[in-house]
Amino acid sequence: MINDFNYLKPGTLEEAFAMYAEHDDCKVICGGQSLLIVMRQGMIAPEYLLDIKHIKELNYIKFDKKDGLKIGATTIHRAIEKSDVIKKNYPVLVAMENKLASIQVRNWGTIGGNIAHADPAGDPAPVLIALKASVKFGGAAGEKTMPLEDFFVDYFETALSKGELVLEIQVPVPEPKTGAAYQKFNLLESDMGVVAAAASVTLNGNGKCKDARIVLGNAGPTPRRIKRAEELLAGKVLNEKLFAEAGKIASEDCEPVADIHASEEHRRHILGVLTKRMLQKAFDEAKA
Amino acid sequence: MEKQLLRLTVNGQEYELYINPKTLLVEAIRDHIGLIGTKRGCDTVSCGACTVMIDGASVKSCSVLAMQAEGAQITTIEGLEKNGKLAPIQKAFLDHGSYQCGFCAPGMIMSAQALLNENPAPTEWEIREGIEGNICRCTGYNSIVRAIDATAKGKYAEVKS
Repeated sequence: MINDFNYLKPGTLEEAFAMYAEHDDCKVICGGQSLLIVMRQGMIAPEYLLDIKHIKELNYIKFDKKDGLKIGATTIHRAIEKSDVIKKNYPVLVAMENKLASIQVRNWGTIGGNIAHADPAGDPAPVLIALKASVKFGGAAGEKTMPLEDFFVDYFETALSKGELVLEIQVPVPEPKTGAAYQKFNLLESDMGVVAAAASVTLNGNGKCKDARIVLGNAGPTPRRIKRAEELLAGKVLNEKLFAEAGKIASEDCEPVADIHASEEHRRHILGVLTKRMLQKAFDEAKA
Repeated sequence: MEKQLLRLTVNGQEYELYINPKTLLVEAIRDHIGLIGTKRGCDTVSCGACTVMIDGASVKSCSVLAMQAEGAQITTIEGLEKNGKLAPIQKAFLDHGSYQCGFCAPGMIMSAQALLNENPAPTEWEIREGIEGNICRCTGYNSIVRAIDATAKGKYAEVKS
């Protein structure tokens, strides 16, 4: 049962900032595909609900060869999945979106809402962090941009201060000879991942690893980079043995919970396997 | 909490509702407007029984606030029938035994119709992906996929008279 709330519907972004600053105990709803569930469970019961779903200023996908990709916060998942420019330049994002919940959810849920909700099992964050994405957020007092990996603070907690909204996701143009991959492990296709791993690999002209990123999903309170394994790969000629070693490090350097879906031990094991496989996949794509 | 006036357009007809803003779209459609074809299943965005279309895109109406659908064209299972005649997809479901208990059917058909609107000639795999958000607990998926396939192949196209 959802608690009563007062519904606020700003017409513009400026109005949204003003309303958000003015009302205490106010929660923002966009697609609400996650928020309405926690409200129904009574986990949160805000006095005001600020609806930004219809704010067109934040609904866009832009790309250019210099600045990379910019996705407005109220852009629905389905628009990202169907975007030709994203398919061409960031195929891993399309593959991730294609497996995010179900079509109905992707038709209404938004990228900004997903990021702001900060569920550690969320699909976009690990992939975006592997792609070195940043997030722009702000309110009446101004805007700021930070690397997405620094945005997540704890379970369902972000760097957003009172009165601030997620505004835009920014993804730089991938360097030449870069590959990226993402996979989650789940029991039902349209479920959240029990665990997930994203990897990106960039090669030098000489074929050695210039840079690698490994980001785990649902392996702790926030999306987690496995820097010890990234450092292991940097500068090396990559091979299966190194990926297996990186996977082992990933299974050690995470802190997954145990719940009805899987024990902690089982999660660590799968995270190791997924890390190894995603590195191989990203490497193969980088070589191609 | 203040009740609010909401103008909803469902199946081409306009309705004026005076509702608590926490009212979900499925509640507005079933309890306020009285169109009970749309089913309320899991209530947690999982089962798809409550699927309707908003401006042609399938959504789960248990997880959309009715207030958020203002100004949009909502289509429910009742809206597929034209002039007392079932839509091709509905006839196909009947012919292929795609209803067992029938509870998932309204949502399943809305997902199928949304798929066919977007992709008139889907492969079997695309059909299965198209209904990924709908659960049939009788597990009659094969007959459902056959019905959608038959519709896509034009076997239930309206004979123009």
